[in-house]
Amino acid sequence: MASHYEAQIRKPLVLGDKGYHDVSVDIAAPVEGRANRQWWIVFSIALAALLWGVGAIIYTISTGIGTWGLNKTVNWAWDITNFVWWVGIGHAGTLISAVLLLFRQKWRMAINRSAEAMTIFSVIQAGLFPIIHMGRPWLAYWVVPIPNQFGSLWVNFNSPLLWDVFAISTYLSVSLVFWWTGLLPDFGMIRDRAVKPFQKKIYGLVSFGWTGRAKDWQRFEEVSLVLAGLATPLVLSVHTIVSFDFATSVIPGWHTTIFPPYFVAGAIFSGFAMVQTLLIIMRKVSHLEDYITVQHIELMNIVIMITGSIVGCAYITELFIAWYSGVEYEQYAFLNRATGPYWWAYLLMMSCNVVSPQIMWFKKIRTSIVISFIISIVVNVGMWFERFVIIVTSLHRDYLPSSWTMFSPTFVDIGIFIGTVGFFFVLFLLYSRTFPVIAQAEVKSILKSSGARYKALRDAGKPLYTLSKNGIVRETIISDDEQASVSSEPDEKSLLGALGSFDSTTQEPDDLKKVKGIGPLMEKTLNKLGIFSFLQVSKMTQKEYDLLDSLTGAFPGRAQRDDWAGQARMFLNNDK
Amino acid sequence: MAATVIHAYYDDDDVLMHAVKKVKAEKHHIEEVYCPFPVHGLDKAMGLAPTRIAITSFMYGCLGLIVSIVMMKYIMIDDWPMDIGGKPSFSYIENMPAFVPIMFELTVFFAAHLMVITFYLRSRLWPFKKAENPDVRTTDAHFIMEVEVHNNESELKDLLLDTGAVELNIIKNGH
Repeated sequence: MASHYEAQIRKPLVLGDKGYHDVSVDIAAPVEGRANRQWWIVFSIALAALLWGVGAIIYTISTGIGTWGLNKTVNWAWDITNFVWWVGIGHAGTLISAVLLLFRQKWRMAINRSAEAMTIFSVIQAGLFPIIHMGRPWLAYWVVPIPNQFGSLWVNFNSPLLWDVFAISTYLSVSLVFWWTGLLPDFGMIRDRAVKPFQKKIYGLVSFGWTGRAKDWQRFEEVSLVLAGLATPLVLSVHTIVSFDFATSVIPGWHTTIFPPYFVAGAIFSGFAMVQTLLIIMRKVSHLEDYITVQHIELMNIVIMITGSIVGCAYITELFIAWYSGVEYEQYAFLNRATGPYWWAYLLMMSCNVVSPQIMWFKKIRTSIVISFIISIVVNVGMWFERFVIIVTSLHRDYLPSSWTMFSPTFVDIGIFIGTVGFFFVLFLLYSRTFPVIAQAEVKSILKSSGARYKALRDAGKPLYTLSKNGIVRETIISDDEQASVSSEPDEKSLLGALGSFDSTTQEPDDLKKVKGIGPLMEKTLNKLGIFSFLQVSKMTQKEYDLLDSLTGAFPGRAQRDDWAGQARMFLNNDK
Repeated sequence: MAATVIHAYYDDDDVLMHAVKKVKAEKHHIEEVYCPFPVHGLDKAMGLAPTRIAITSFMYGCLGLIVSIVMMKYIMIDDWPMDIGGKPSFSYIENMPAFVPIMFELTVFFAAHLMVITFYLRSRLWPFKKAENPDVRTTDAHFIMEVEVHNNESELKDLLLDTGAVELNIIKNGH
């Protein structure tokens, strides 16, 4: 950490007067607090949608694919549209955490965790569609090349559909591992803050015993870098291979070499739009405005604008190549897209994906949270219709005019789609209450270069740190059974003697943070001293306050001013 | 743990870095440093050897590539050559272009997963593993430097306090 220099023109990425401990408190707050009413309302809606989807899936599997709106001409429609849409959304997470890591973009640190969570959750949704479409999903393992009882019946490695199996399962599993490895130190932080034994146990389990030794961090950083290097071509390969599902066919409108880059750009485009949708809500609900700032939203808008423009170029290139190729089937396919019976879907796709992001050229608009949110939804709708247009318009006018037809979804098609949206939000909402939604360890590592507090100190010419000259010295004696016992402090015992001790086996600890003046840190200190309940706090008098001050050394006189005992008595009465 | 160790607590990464350099300059051996977040350059200052985990990843990737080549050659060429669209699978090299996507995917799959498993095993991280950080504050905002005492307790104490430690915990092995 030779220097924390950062160019003056860079705006702070962490607002507010935040030190390292403040970051822990802010990131842990949504996990440690309780869900509010809005959360339960949104969660219930999402759960209802999920259950509706489960019903539609059960109906499909028990009755057959005939419950869908597919016909012999349009034999691929709603399901594959949803599949590509969800896979596309799943591209932003790895892009943010991997590509932006390689480019050393510090702003990724506030959003990478949630973007990766979104990736994993949306790839799960995507994976559902091919499995359901198999009709007999319990035979899904047949896509894996395993020796079997049918003799030498292997999967076909020439098929792009099989490439997809490998690409998406690699992508899902590598993203999951990348995500979880990054989560270990943050789970460790929550584990070490946890007061209740259950939380301590759970977060101890999921943090894999993260300890944070210098060597661990050295390996951690190397692993992150290598995973980023591997995930970057991986993320590009996944949507490339998804596009091969179409591009290797001989269907006019699909059989184009522009598909891989065009699909990848579209995937990043829709993925960023979904990240934008989710984070604009989350920063508000979880009070993370200091971490996910307007600058982050603006930068994401710029990515949306650029990728939207690339997608627009691809649309126009497709049209040009169709004309220039001189192939009349190709020409007809594109003419039919724009002017045929699905003209409205084409118009929706063009206006949502190409026109709408262009307003982001104006700084006023791309820094407006409301407009960003609206555009992010519009882009998601547009990208759904892009896939629908590509898939359905190319199929519904095939080589044989007598079989020309239209596609209309049934309630089952729509139900499954709604179900996956519900499933996605159920997962994301659970995540937002139980996971550290911001990579706090990474944010702490950029705090000195990009935090508002340290930027202000640097601008004022003040040092970023001070040497403590009066460190406390204490001794700990380890007995043979390796049980740490802090050398006895007489004060502590007399404090507990006056307040009464707390028996964690029979009593439940109170949330002492409810008392004004007791923050999470002070609560921990109190817990360490053996004070867990309002009853104990309510018995405090001047003598105990003084004892407490001498023990903690923090905020002398604070307890008197805020009248902790009086407040605690009030909470005691409320509970009764 | 036979010897007495001192845990020096710091509340700032810059102070920690200066302290590490100073303690090293005084020729004391730093047993361990526990950090809440990665401090760049700390490994070099402590004299830790560079990690070789990226090299293992490369080797795992090569393994994945070989596995994919052998697997697809056996399945598609040797065991059951298929005639797809009048293009029979007679030789590996003629069919190889169609195998490139899966060769790539399996290379990445092996490189990523085996490297992460190696990391977990080497850094002793797995479910139900107990954390070994000596103080819960090391995952929040405190750094701990662990130095072993060899009949130089007061000298070390003064040195560590001088480097700006906010707290010293002298851990003695009482019998």
